Amino acid sequence: MVKERQGERCRLYTRGTILGYKRSKSNQYPNTSLVQIENVNTKDEVSWYQGKKMAYVYKAKVKKNGSHYRCIWGKVTRPHGNTGIVRAKFKSNLPPKSMGSRVRVFMYPSNI
Amino acid sequence: MAPQQRKPHVCRNPDLIRGVGKYSRSKMYHKRGLWAIKAKNGGAFPKHEKKVADAAPAVKPPKFYPADDVKKPLVNKRKARPTKLRASITPGTVLIILAGRFKGKRVVFLKQLTSGLLLVTGPFKINGVPLRRVNQSYVIATSTKVDISGVDAQKFDDKYFGKKVEKKKTKSEGEFFEAEKEEKNTLPQDKKDDQKSVDAALIKSIEAVPDLKSYLGARFSLKAGMKPHELVF
Repeated sequence: MVKERQGERCRLYTRGTILGYKRSKSNQYPNTSLVQIENVNTKDEVSWYQGKKMAYVYKAKVKKNGSHYRCIWGKVTRPHGNTGIVRAKFKSNLPPKSMGSRVRVFMYPSNI
Repeated sequence: MAPQQRKPHVCRNPDLIRGVGKYSRSKMYHKRGLWAIKAKNGGAFPKHEKKVADAAPAVKPPKFYPADDVKKPLVNKRKARPTKLRASITPGTVLIILAGRFKGKRVVFLKQLTSGLLLVTGPFKINGVPLRRVNQSYVIATSTKVDISGVDAQKFDDKYFGKKVEKKKTKSEGEFFEAEKEEKNTLPQDKKDDQKSVDAALIKSIEAVPDLKSYLGARFSLKAGMKPHELVF
């Protein structure tokens, strides 16, 4: 995460919002999270994103591996419903405080 | 096939329904012409002597029989081959690297190595990417192509990029502390020369195309409102 030049922005990920866990009315299943990817509004558009890696980045007080930043990796598994929401599975379940916060949806593994 | 023209053979006894042929046993005997074969042979069906098989060499009974049955490993016919290269990636294609130190850099594809990784170069003078290996999944292929005919990438293979194995030297106590400082990771001169020779031909063909040099020097980035699933590269 080294900025090689000041001001050269290089964003190679799409922004996404973590909406919550997969759930029914009164039960939730935290092994799968629901994610809203920016500018993706229909089920067909999701097919491009299927399998792409995602990262939930967060900060912690204790330095690990020399950094205050930590990350949980995951991937887009399948669409959820008809309006572009996506189901995602992460290496470890996302913490509940992540609901409403940012997730990075990368463009790899790429198929273009 | 046989040099004579053979008509595909029609069934002698077509089915009326499954399991019921059109012709009876005696009719079939006549159709097959067994009577003619017998007549040729003087009344009886021609017999052939059984071929005597060579006596198998005498096998001594083994000294040792294992108590349990020994399992044979399954046959494995899998061949190791490099990953299938996407149709959009051909030598000379400009690729966008998606992750790692050089993320966002636009880079020229040279060839696929036997491990399946892609050999790629900046060129170094243009965007700082040296001869490097990159995985196909971490790359977007654009439709821009560079003429790569002047480049000789034959000598580069996976071993070229492997870690150099150094012989371990036994150190005495005094030398121990000095030796640690001396280890420097300088790039050997021959690698720098390889880079220069590959890039020389490439840069010429890049400068022939207007704007291509600055295109390769610039980084790719997603901007506000850009939808990757709608972008055409």
